[in-house]
Amino acid sequence: MAEFFATSLGTALLMVLQGLAIIAFVMIGLLFLVWGDRKIWAAVQLRRGPNVVGAFGLLQSVADAAKYVFKEIVVPAGSDKFVYFLAPMLSLVLALLAWVVIPFNDGWVMADINVAVLFVFAASSLEVYGVIMGGWASNSKYPFLGSLRSAAQMISYEVSMGLIIIGVILSTGSMNLSAIVEAQRGSFGLLNWYWIPHLPMVFMFFISALAETNRPPFDLPEAESELVAGFMVEYSSTPYLLFMAGEYIAMWLMCALTTVLFFGGWLSPIPGIPDGALWMFGKMVLVFFAFAMVKAIVPRYRYDQLMRIGWKVFLPLSLGWVVVVAFLAKFELFGGFWARWVIGG
Amino acid sequence: MTVFVFAFYLFAMVAVVAGLMVVLSKNPVHSVLWLILTFLSAAGLFVLMGAEFVAMLLIIVYVGAVAVLFLFVVMMLDVDFAALRGQMVRYAPFGALIAVVMLAELGTGFAAWQTAGKAAALHAAPIATDVENSRALGMILYDQYLFLFQGAGLVLLVAMIGAILLTLRHRTDIKRQNVIAQMHRDPAQALEMIDVKPGQGL
Repeated sequence: MAEFFATSLGTALLMVLQGLAIIAFVMIGLLFLVWGDRKIWAAVQLRRGPNVVGAFGLLQSVADAAKYVFKEIVVPAGSDKFVYFLAPMLSLVLALLAWVVIPFNDGWVMADINVAVLFVFAASSLEVYGVIMGGWASNSKYPFLGSLRSAAQMISYEVSMGLIIIGVILSTGSMNLSAIVEAQRGSFGLLNWYWIPHLPMVFMFFISALAETNRPPFDLPEAESELVAGFMVEYSSTPYLLFMAGEYIAMWLMCALTTVLFFGGWLSPIPGIPDGALWMFGKMVLVFFAFAMVKAIVPRYRYDQLMRIGWKVFLPLSLGWVVVVAFLAKFELFGGFWARWVIGG
Repeated sequence: MTVFVFAFYLFAMVAVVAGLMVVLSKNPVHSVLWLILTFLSAAGLFVLMGAEFVAMLLIIVYVGAVAVLFLFVVMMLDVDFAALRGQMVRYAPFGALIAVVMLAELGTGFAAWQTAGKAAALHAAPIATDVENSRALGMILYDQYLFLFQGAGLVLLVAMIGAILLTLRHRTDIKRQNVIAQMHRDPAQALEMIDVKPGQGL
């Protein structure tokens, strides 16, 4: 068996199987994510949320997905047909793309490449194309305005997000996500994770992730009170489903990334308890809970406020933090607290 | 090895075809989309050559930022495509001239190609596989060519400030948001509580 997987056919088969496993994990996770999002939102507003299909309404997302698929696809007459259908597919595929480098456990990663952080960053910077292409191809005013907003917003927050990640890379000395998790291993469990040395950046990363994935309070691209539903106005049925799935998968990815960068990935928080993929999953769910709570309790920002925070507050702060971390790590101040070099130095 | 060759020809052909489509497609927005595909295939070729850091930078910087701005500008253009198509024949000889000049320059360049002595030695040396290429690149840029690198950065900064200065126009006739003032508003000054009698109104 082992010899078979060493041949090129076996490797190809292994890659396909691994890819399918990741897609299955992400897609099944997605169904319950949407359900959880709605349940939490409902609980905050003292409603019951989805509660009809399945026990506790658990299968509501399955029913919704089936409903979307069986609805009629309405295509605007003046639209650019090819780009119009390419956009939702692209947004789903690009959202799935970054998952290949996410480590779920020690060695549980499909592509263990040494520029993994950059790969995630590249994939998430491509996600803006789904939105722009969708908005433009619809050939209508509201989608176009929504997509312009979205593009400006995503580019702005990518900058500060990249700088925040640089701080973590500096501390680790590697861009490999598994190495970043291993660098957070220590004898004090959760006190060794990066959320302590990089504490202010954890919050900024979280907020940037909200803006990057177009989540409330930064969901200006689809602000229903002014733009109807932004870039998705003209989409119906399965293309709409693909857009929504892409958005949720991107958010789920941000949960995974926050976990890996700041909360020790698969490491156990209490020394003595074994590490494992369940820890990773649990932490991702906790981060997602924070995402859902923010959606429920924070009112939407005004667009100029959003841009102001991105460029005038987050960018200087994260840039300053990179300089501070560079000094602290280089001179190994405070017992090398900020410098946990994995490879060389 | 076969996978490598297959991937190379795939990326190379996609890059060439997409590059052609940039020029040939009638709609400028489609041109930009083809250009993005060209960038992506070029990034794939970089990965095949073992330069994954450069490949990721190409995607993040060019595809993720520069091409988005391109797309922005092109989408905003209000062009009459039919009129553009008519003029294509007029500009074709000029375009062909530029293409010939470029080809001639590249041809002379490659014909007279001679690597410097030091570079030839580096060519012969095997690629170090134990060093990540992001690390190797960092060593060269920040240890050997630190001043040149920082100087290039400074030039870009000056260019950016210059561009901002040239286009900066402080308008006084528009309504501005004063965020500090907005944050320091307090309900006592902005709100008035009125006890409205039933059936009377204000």
